[in-house]
Amino acid sequence: MIVMEKRPQPSRAWSLATPVVAVLATMVFGGLLFGVLGTNPFVAIKTIFWDPIFGEFAFYYRPQLLVKGAPLVLIAIGLSLGFKAGIWNIGAEGQYIMGALVGAGVGLAFYPLDAWYIFPLMVIAGAFGGWIWAMIPAVLKVKFGTNEILVSLMLVYVAEQLLASMSLGLLKNPEGFGFPGSRNLNEYASANSWILQDAGMHWGVVAALIAVIFAYVLLNRHMLGFQIRLTGEAPRAARFAGVNPARLILFCLGTSGMLAGLAGMFEVAGPSGQVSIDFNVGYGFTAIIVAFLGRLHPVGILLAGGLMALTYIGGEIAQGNLGLPAAAIQVFQGMLLFFLLALDLLTSYRIRFAKKEVA
Amino acid sequence: MKRTSLLAGVALALGLATGAMADTTKVGFVYVGPVGDGGWTYEHDQGRKAVVEEFGDKVETVYVENVAEGPDAERVITQMALQGADLIFTTSFGYMDQTVNVAKKFPKVKFEHATGYKTADNVSVYSARFYEGRAVQGHIAGKMTKSNIVGYIASFPIPEVIRGINSAYIHAKKVNPDVQFKIIWAYTWFDPAKEADAAKALIEQGADVVLQHTDSTAPQAAAKAAGNVITFGQASDMSEYAPFPRVSSIIDDWAPYYIARTKAVMDGTWTSTNTWDGIGAGMVGIGEISDAVPADVKAEALALKDAIASGEYSPFTGPLKKQDGSDWLGDGETADDGTLAGMNFYVEGLEGDIPQ
Repeated sequence: MIVMEKRPQPSRAWSLATPVVAVLATMVFGGLLFGVLGTNPFVAIKTIFWDPIFGEFAFYYRPQLLVKGAPLVLIAIGLSLGFKAGIWNIGAEGQYIMGALVGAGVGLAFYPLDAWYIFPLMVIAGAFGGWIWAMIPAVLKVKFGTNEILVSLMLVYVAEQLLASMSLGLLKNPEGFGFPGSRNLNEYASANSWILQDAGMHWGVVAALIAVIFAYVLLNRHMLGFQIRLTGEAPRAARFAGVNPARLILFCLGTSGMLAGLAGMFEVAGPSGQVSIDFNVGYGFTAIIVAFLGRLHPVGILLAGGLMALTYIGGEIAQGNLGLPAAAIQVFQGMLLFFLLALDLLTSYRIRFAKKEVA
Repeated sequence: MKRTSLLAGVALALGLATGAMADTTKVGFVYVGPVGDGGWTYEHDQGRKAVVEEFGDKVETVYVENVAEGPDAERVITQMALQGADLIFTTSFGYMDQTVNVAKKFPKVKFEHATGYKTADNVSVYSARFYEGRAVQGHIAGKMTKSNIVGYIASFPIPEVIRGINSAYIHAKKVNPDVQFKIIWAYTWFDPAKEADAAKALIEQGADVVLQHTDSTAPQAAAKAAGNVITFGQASDMSEYAPFPRVSSIIDDWAPYYIARTKAVMDGTWTSTNTWDGIGAGMVGIGEISDAVPADVKAEALALKDAIASGEYSPFTGPLKKQDGSDWLGDGETADDGTLAGMNFYVEGLEGDIPQ
């Protein structure tokens, strides 16, 4: 009989090993799935994990990894701070939209003026848009004890409606023949987040790297980082240590909202280029997976963001080249989270094969 | 020496590769939904299959489904061009800027963008006059409704969708002056859950006819569950819901166009064009009108279809007024393509506002 036994201490070795084992297990079972669908599993796995980085057209895909990975990392870093302290911001997608709307709105307000200060103003506006959207669940939680999971998630749908309204109304391109969507910011040099488009470099990539360093220092060297970790691991102890829970909620939700807003702003001013009804493609939700895949550790999140971007881009290549259905790729990505969560059990529990005993 | 021989080997391999590729024309398709949506994307994929059937070994087709409109689309289109596609069909309005961007980088590859308006030397646009089918639909809807309430699941407030609403309404009103349209904006092309919710909401508000400009069969299922509501197939025949609730359909038939354009690339005669075909050219089809529709209504609907196909009648023929009561078309006057392409107003009698 198999018995689960709680470990006295979470296993550090398993904690580090689970992401790697989860990726390997996903490769094995994903490969089986692809095999059943009639595709050579080795070719499929190679297409997804190898071709984007080392394949024939890697010169194009490598920069795309930065484009796809940057918003994931930026948002996930913010989320991880709250998650560590047990503060659950599930609405990063909404904060991402609001950052993009406010940021793009400021940029478009200046159109067609050419000035150096427009982009910095957009950055501030984008951060503000995400922050203020996250402050709604934060203040409601602090003042009235509402559940931040529900409030932040519901606000995603409010933000989506606002996005649709903006694309069709206030921010609509006046020269767009009545079609929805704003002017393309890629054609407006002063409001553009690209540094070097062919290399996939935009300010969002830079911001993501800065956020990783900032989060690392905060968590390891700063009192606030210690309070975050303490609150998550031992809330009562944190109370006795003088942690102010209200302040911590405001800080964690505010920071994650701000970073999500920044991600949205850099995306709208760069890779996406315009505010449109379908602007958001789920980065805010995927970032939750990235945060956990990266063990809520800044460096882990950086790696996890890269891996997630790889499965997206490799998955598209596999669709185009091998004719794999989109659903198979989504199952593959889902497996990754499934195996991670399943194997996570091993961090806190030991599996023992015991003989049946009489109770 | 080693290096030169290596390079020579690479050059030889490349030469062989291009030599092998020259025989086949590679055609790529970018889809906004899954190929199994039973509607819009399904019909585009039928067109792709028709191309394969027509040209056999001379053609290789690739497709990517469920591509979000935005930066992801640009990457997918670029990827197809990099992999050596000669002709790429991008089959949703939201791929417009991305198609044009990629086309700039690959001047030798031909691009075809559905339902858009931006062309270039290597970018054509094509669309179908779905509103012609809507006229036939509107006629049947006006005759069939008993509650005089027709529900309409609209996708996005863009000219194509607004044209459809106007066309259906004009022809429903013509045969039933008491008819009233209730419109729900779903803000999606394909989302079975949202579409089902919209259909249920319309049915609860008394609609006994539900028209849809979204691609899934979820509204058909909702109508079937309600029992006394009729629907029309959208983009695809959706005949699995015939003869009731689905009483007819508008079918997009892209196959002839896709075959012709692929042939043009093979022959080297491809040029940038702007195609807008309707029932007459066969791009828009009317699915079989089922026995749930009385014979006389069916005969009228078919006569209307024939009149549109022959060009003898235009669905937008005056006298017509705009919703605000201002004059639009005089007696016998027909709308020009420019006005239709940018249509952003309702005709007189429709209630509610177009979302701004």
